[in-house]
Amino acid sequence: MSQALVQNNEAWIELSAVVGPEHLRPATPEDAVEAVQPTGVIAPGTAQEVAQVLRYCNSAGLTIIPRGGGTQLGLGNRPSRADFILSLERLNRVIEHAWGDMTVTVEAGCTIDKLQGVLREHGQQLAADPMQPERATVGGVLATAESGTLRIRYGAIRDLVLGVEMALPDGSVIKAGGKVVKNVAGYDLTKLAIGSLGTLGVITRAVFRLHPVPVATASYVATLPTASEASKLVLAILDSHLVYTGLQIHARRADQIFVHVRFEGIPESLQDQYVKLVRIAGEHKFVECAGDVWTARQKLFVNPGSAVICKCCVLPSQIGSLCHALFQQAAPAEVAVTLVAQGTGLAEVRLDAAGQQLLMTVLRALRSEVDRLEGTMTVSQCPVAMKDELDVWGTLKDALPLMQRIKQKFDPGQTLNPGRFVGGI
Amino acid sequence: MNARLVSEFRSIVGDAGLVSGPEQLRTYECDGLTLFRVVPELVLLPATAQEVQAIVKLCHRERIPFVARGSGTGLSGGALPVKGGIVIGVSRMNRILEVDVPNARVVVEPGVTNSAITAAVSPHGYFYAPDPSSQVVCTVAGNVAENSGGAHCFKYGVTTTYILGLEVVVSDGSLLRLGGASLDQPGYDLVGPFVGSEGTFGIVTKITLRVIKKPETTQTLMAAFNSSSEAGAAVSAIIAAGMFPAALEIMDRLALEAAEAAVHPNYPNCQSLLLVELDGSTREVELLMEKVGPICQSCGAWELRLAKSEAERMAVWKGRKAAFAAVGRISPNYLVQDGVIPRTALPRVLGEIDRRSAEKGLRVANVFHAGDGNLHPLVLYDRRIAGQEERAMELAEDILRLCVEAGGSITGEHGIGEEKKQFMPVMFSAADLDAMQRLRSAFDPYDLCNPTKMFPGTDAKLQRPVAYEPHPIEIAGLAQRY
Ligand SMILES: Cc1cc2nc3c(=O)[nH]c(=O)nc-3n(C[C@H](O)[C@H](O)[C@H](O)COP(=O)(O)OP(=O)(O)OC[C@H]3O[C@@H](n4cnc5c(N)ncnc54)[C@H](O)[C@@H]3O)c2cc1C
Repeated sequence: MSQALVQNNEAWIELSAVVGPEHLRPATPEDAVEAVQPTGVIAPGTAQEVAQVLRYCNSAGLTIIPRGGGTQLGLGNRPSRADFILSLERLNRVIEHAWGDMTVTVEAGCTIDKLQGVLREHGQQLAADPMQPERATVGGVLATAESGTLRIRYGAIRDLVLGVEMALPDGSVIKAGGKVVKNVAGYDLTKLAIGSLGTLGVITRAVFRLHPVPVATASYVATLPTASEASKLVLAILDSHLVYTGLQIHARRADQIFVHVRFEGIPESLQDQYVKLVRIAGEHKFVECAGDVWTARQKLFVNPGSAVICKCCVLPSQIGSLCHALFQQAAPAEVAVTLVAQGTGLAEVRLDAAGQQLLMTVLRALRSEVDRLEGTMTVSQCPVAMKDELDVWGTLKDALPLMQRIKQKFDPGQTLNPGRFVGGI
Repeated sequence: MNARLVSEFRSIVGDAGLVSGPEQLRTYECDGLTLFRVVPELVLLPATAQEVQAIVKLCHRERIPFVARGSGTGLSGGALPVKGGIVIGVSRMNRILEVDVPNARVVVEPGVTNSAITAAVSPHGYFYAPDPSSQVVCTVAGNVAENSGGAHCFKYGVTTTYILGLEVVVSDGSLLRLGGASLDQPGYDLVGPFVGSEGTFGIVTKITLRVIKKPETTQTLMAAFNSSSEAGAAVSAIIAAGMFPAALEIMDRLALEAAEAAVHPNYPNCQSLLLVELDGSTREVELLMEKVGPICQSCGAWELRLAKSEAERMAVWKGRKAAFAAVGRISPNYLVQDGVIPRTALPRVLGEIDRRSAEKGLRVANVFHAGDGNLHPLVLYDRRIAGQEERAMELAEDILRLCVEAGGSITGEHGIGEEKKQFMPVMFSAADLDAMQRLRSAFDPYDLCNPTKMFPGTDAKLQRPVAYEPHPIEIAGLAQRY
C-alpha cells in the first residue's frame, strides 16, 4: 500500500464499507494511467455507491480516475494525481430497450458491442461506430465524445443521447435530459457531460435514441493520385443528393489517396445510389470494397509504440490542403504518415518515426498548419515522455476561464481526473 | 431610471437605438404569451456586438437586470423583463455575414429570421432544417435560446443539432467565442447547454450554423382512421418496419374541423388523420411509400391519399400548420400545452385525456408530432361561462402531469420561461435543479441575465397554465402555430 494510504488507512476501511471489500483491491502496475500509479481500484455496484465513493474521496482530499473499458486512458494530459481508479465494470446492464419508442436506457459500464447485440434483437442499433466496441463502454464513449464514421449521416454521439444520470463529487446523483426524443425543459446538462472527460462527474447511465439496422450496406473505394483531386471528389459527393452513411479519405502516400463511400438502405436503392455515384465521380472509378475500410480509424491505434496520433478538426473543404501539407512536412523528415479523414472535416493522423524530436518537429508544423486553417488539433495518443513537452489540447480560446469556473462549481476539490483536461482542469 | 443613466445608455446606441416613450415601451411588455406583462424601464436596440458589450457592462456596473429579445414570439414568457430591468432587442443586428456553400456553413447576426437562412441557401439546393411555424418572424437567436423545433424534427433534429458556434456577451460584458465552424473544439461543449438556456446565460451576438442539402424527393401521404389510437398504432408499425419518415403527424376530429374551416385543405372526413412524409433518394422513397399504405390499412386506415404534386403537398401542410391557430374558429378561448410522451404511451395518454376532459365537460383538440411524441393538446373553453376557465386550467395542468408520469417532458419546444417554472420540480429533483443552477451561476454569477426565469421561486405556490391570446403577428396572418 502506498504512503498516502498508509497514512490514510481510514480511507480503505471507509471505501470498502461502501462497495464491499471484494470490490476494492490494490492497484497493479497495469492500472497506471500515463505512468502515474494509483493505489487502489474500486468497483461500485450502483450509481448511489459511485456517489458515496466520490463524496468520501472529495472530503478526504483523494483523487479519482473513472475507468470504463480503459481504451482511451491515453487521452489527455498526465493526471496530476491518481489515488483510486473507479471502475464502472459492475454497472454493465442494459436497463430497458423500449424498442417501440426506439430508445434504450443503459448503464455506463456496458460495452458498445453488448449494447448493440441487445438492440439487434429488435432490428435496431445505436447509430454510432466508436473504436474498439468490444471493450469501449457507453460511459467512456460519452466522456470522450468519441464518434466514428457514421457521424456524417446520424450526427455525433451528443445528438444521439437523450439523457444521462451522473454522480457528482458532492455525493448527489443527478439526471439530465430525459427519455423522450424532444425535450427542452431545463438546461441541457447532457451536452455538458459529453466530452467532459470525467472532470465534472461520473456518468452512470445514459438514454439513447435508436435507428433501424439497415437492410443492406455497400461500400465503395476510388483511388486518386493527389490530395486535391480527392478533396474535390469528396466535396462533389457532399454537394450531391446521395444518401451516404460514410465518406472517408484514407492515405499513406501523397500520390495514392483512397476515397471510401458507404450506402445503406434497401438493395434496390443501393444500386441506384451507386449509379449516381459513378456519374458524379466521372473519370475516377469506384469499385465495391469490403466493409472493414471503416475500421481504418481504429487501426491507427494498433500497436501505438512510440507513434503520435492526433485529431485535426478542420472544414470539409480544407482536408485536401491539410493532407497535402502533412505529406510535404513529413517526407523530408522521414516520418511515416497515415491519414484517415471523414467528410465532416475530422481527420485523424498517425505519425511514426525513429526519434521523438523528429515527431515533435512534424507535430509543430502540423499544428501551425491547422492554426492557419483556423481549425484545432489535439494529440490523442503519444509516448508519455512527450507529454511533458506539449499540452495535448493545444491553446484554447477565450472561453477557458468560464470552463474553469464550471469545473470549480462541480468539482471544487479537484477530485476527478485532476490535470487531465484543457487548461489544467 | 434616472436621467444620467439614460443618457449614458443613449451615448452607446444613439437615438435610433433607444426606446423610452411609455407607449413604445409597452410594445415590449410581453412576448407571445400575453398573459404576463411587465413594462421595461428602457429598451435598447444595439447594432453591433460592441454596443451589446457596452450596454451589458453598464448594466453590470449598476446591477441592472436585462433580458434579450428577438421577435417576441416566444410562448413561455422568456423575453419578459423584470421590474426595474431593461430589454436588449437584437432586431437591428440582422445581417447574414457569410454563406459557405461547400462547407454548408452560414454565419449570421442574432436578429436574422429563421426563414432568411433557408432563403439565402435555397438557390444552392440547401435548407436550414429546424422549421418552427413562426419561422418567417422569429429570430435565430430566439431559436437558439429556446432550442426550437418544427415539423421535420423527427428525422432532422431540433436547433441544437445545427448550431456549431456562438459569439456571446456574458453578464460582466466580456465577449466569448464558444465552439466554431469546425467540429469538436477542445474543452467543454458550451454551445450544447447554451442552446436552450432561454436567454439566461448571456446575449448571443453571432451564430455559426449548419445547413443541409435538400432531399432529392419528398412524398406525403394522408391516411384516414376512425380513431387516433389506430393512427398511433400505424405510426408505431411504420417505424417498426424500419422506416425513418421525415414527418409523422396526427390531427383529430376537432383539429381537422378547425383546419377545414380556416384553409379548406380538403382532408378526408375522418376521426383522425395521419400524415406520413418520406424523403430521400427518389428510388428509395417510391419503394418505401408502396409499403406505407398497406401498413396503414392493416391498422384500420380506410382511405389513403398521396399528394400528387408539390402544390397538393403544400396544401396538406398548410392545413396541418393552420390547425393550431384555426382552433380559435371553433372555440372562443383555448389553452396550449406542449408536453411530450414516449410514442408507445400515445393511446393510453390520449384515452386518459379524453376521460378527464369528459369529466370536466370540456373539449380538447389534439394536433401532434406523433413521431416524437410531442403533443399539442388545445383545451377549448369559453371564458364567459362561469368556472370554465378554472376547469380548463386544471385540465391543462393534469395533462402536464400525465406526460411526466408517462416518462415524458413538460415541454418539447416552447420552453419553461415564466410560464412553467413552477412545474420544474414535477420533472426534476432538487439535486438536478441545483446542478443546473451551478451552471447558470458560472455564466452569470450576478444573476442579471434574464433573472427569475426557468426555476421555481422559493416561496411560490404552483401556478396555473395561462390562457392563450392570439399574438399580433398571428392576427396579422404572418404565422401560424404548429
Ligand atoms: C404563431 C407561433 C408559432 C410558433 N411555432 C413554433 C414551433 O413550431 N416550434 C417552436 O419550437 N416554437 C414555436 N413558437 C415559439 C417561438 O416562435 C419560438 O420559441 C422562437 O424561437 C422565438 O423566437 P423570437 O425571436 O421570437 O424570440 P423571443 O420571443 O424574442 O425570445 C425568446 C427567448 O430567447 C431569448 N433571446 C432572444 N434573443 C436572444 C439573444 N440574442 N441572446 C440570448 N437570448 C436571446 C429571450 O430572452 C427569450 O428568453 C411559435 C410561436 C408563435 C407565436
